[in-house]
Amino acid sequence: MSTYFIITDPFSTIVKEPVNIYDISMLGSSVGIKNISKNFGHFKVLSDINLEIKKGEFFSLLGPSGCGKTTLLRMIAGFDKPDTGSIFLDDRNVTDIASNKRKVNTVFQNYAVFPHLTVFDNIAFGLKLKKIDKKIIQKEVFTFLELVKLNGQERKMPSQLSGGQKQRVAIARALINKPQVLLLDEPLSALDAKLRKELLIELDQIHNEIGITFIYVTHDQEEALGVSDRIAIMKDGKINQIGTSKEIYEKPADAFVAGFIGETNLLKGSLSITENKETKLITEKAGSINILINNPKIKSGASLTVSLRPEKINILPIEPTVKITHECLQGQVKEIVYSGFQSRYFVKTKQNIMNIIKVHEANETRIRRGDKVFLEWEKSDMNIVEFS
Amino acid sequence: MTEKSRLGHFYLFPLTIWSILFFVSPLIIIILYSFLTKDIYGGVIYTFSLKAYQSLIQLTYLKVFWFTLKISVISTAIIMFFAIPVSYYIARSPLKNVLLFLVLIPFWTNFLIRIYAWIAIMGNNGFLNQLLLSLHVLKTNIQFLYNPIAVIVVLVYTYLPFAILPLYAAIDKFDFTLLEASSDLGASRLQGILKVLLPNIRTGLMAAFLFAFIPIFGAYAVPQLVGGQESFMLGNMIARELTITRNWPLASAIATIITLVTCLGILLYIRSVRRSDEKDGK
Repeated sequence: MSTYFIITDPFSTIVKEPVNIYDISMLGSSVGIKNISKNFGHFKVLSDINLEIKKGEFFSLLGPSGCGKTTLLRMIAGFDKPDTGSIFLDDRNVTDIASNKRKVNTVFQNYAVFPHLTVFDNIAFGLKLKKIDKKIIQKEVFTFLELVKLNGQERKMPSQLSGGQKQRVAIARALINKPQVLLLDEPLSALDAKLRKELLIELDQIHNEIGITFIYVTHDQEEALGVSDRIAIMKDGKINQIGTSKEIYEKPADAFVAGFIGETNLLKGSLSITENKETKLITEKAGSINILINNPKIKSGASLTVSLRPEKINILPIEPTVKITHECLQGQVKEIVYSGFQSRYFVKTKQNIMNIIKVHEANETRIRRGDKVFLEWEKSDMNIVEFS
Repeated sequence: MTEKSRLGHFYLFPLTIWSILFFVSPLIIIILYSFLTKDIYGGVIYTFSLKAYQSLIQLTYLKVFWFTLKISVISTAIIMFFAIPVSYYIARSPLKNVLLFLVLIPFWTNFLIRIYAWIAIMGNNGFLNQLLLSLHVLKTNIQFLYNPIAVIVVLVYTYLPFAILPLYAAIDKFDFTLLEASSDLGASRLQGILKVLLPNIRTGLMAAFLFAFIPIFGAYAVPQLVGGQESFMLGNMIARELTITRNWPLASAIATIITLVTCLGILLYIRSVRRSDEKDGK
């Protein structure tokens, strides 16, 4: 996953030519979600959601399908109404304001580009409704065509465009109305992987350029981690954690977040505190593991779930001298998955299989399947994600 | 000719014979008859003549043509007025299969019987009069039948399903997120329907229009049975020329005119479909 945001192609147009030609900065607004609940029949789609999105923020709603993220976005857009609760744009309550009266625009998952209109007329749609002078419309449309890099395509019909181009039209069509908030409903999910990366970085650049609030719905953690200022992780109509990418990755609030964002090794066991104040996690499968406990609420005997990221574990062919801050286990390599600059190792320690990712170094001792190895990590890299 | 297309022609052979025998040749006979001279007791004399077309220019015939056009346009307009919202509703309904079934039910009953049913409803002692009398809306019976309005009512009833079906098919395929997108961009509901829905279902609109307009333009039974003296349409004139006046070339000429008007409509339709196909890049 760490390969995702590294641009390897030095000639990539994205890096060469940032959008910086026009003054297209706009006024963003903050979004407040207060006690929003929504049921579809007996199914609770959203239960008591509270959220404060700051002015100009790139905010992502991330979660598996069916977690309610799209419903929440559709409520901000005005397509769906909450059963209870209110939505604020800045300090204005917009809960009962229709979608065509909100200073909010949406980019849809399936593009929703008007098939009967040219690229130009698609982008001009919102301005034409406002009966703005034709010359101004034309100037604006060309500005936004340039912003989304569709210069010269204005006469084409949507059927002549690729998926990525259609989504660019949709982005320009939304932004030309100078919304205070741009809502993006999985805008890249229908595109292929390479295009997705390019457009994502462009979206980030556009966001930096115009400075309005972006709310981005996705189920793809890499997209969300890469560009968001903050992310809300959702599951079953609730928000599990809100934080920056780093906070969410490094300090997941619970086992779901730890498992959903990136990969992790979850170790379950009970806490035992020895006479000389050593704290150990007694696991059923992996044996006894030294652990740091900073939370005074966690008492001896508590059952814990601990998350340990695969890249935090060092895999060594010979036994290291273990520092007091580190923990080391012995194991045997069961499987190796090679992926270029890094490899993934599945190592069996007692009955437990640990997942380790290691970037290859020059002159490293090659580890083979079946080898006896030592796994070493810093105790502080173990995150307690659940205790009781 | 490739092996495959030869096989295709072979399979099409029975259908081609059928079309030529029962569709193309009668049409050719009608067109030929319209250029011949009338015989005194019906039939034709095989000498070329343009007399049938010349007599069509007379005021009485032009009046009938104008009346037919008027009735057709009004009925078709009313049909479209109802068909668009109804087919929209059906396409959006979770019960669309049931509703479609209801639209098709009238086809189980013979067309003429359904016209007689309307006579039973609208007649002098019909259900409608009885109802209005019992509600004291009317004091004496009213004759609803035997006027152009009765013709329009029954024509609208008869051909409404023909317009609903193609419109339903078009609206069912329509991507409704486009309406959300238009609302998102500031369009009201009406603007969304006018600027996004209607342009995207225009081939369905055109098909619905033709499916209603063409049979109405050639209507015979409806004006004959519920229209009375005032409602004399081209179809009735063909029947009169054929059976009473026994001017077969004239009857054929009127039929040819109807065919031409119909073909014109279909040509326009094909052109509009081709244009929208080009737009969709097919």
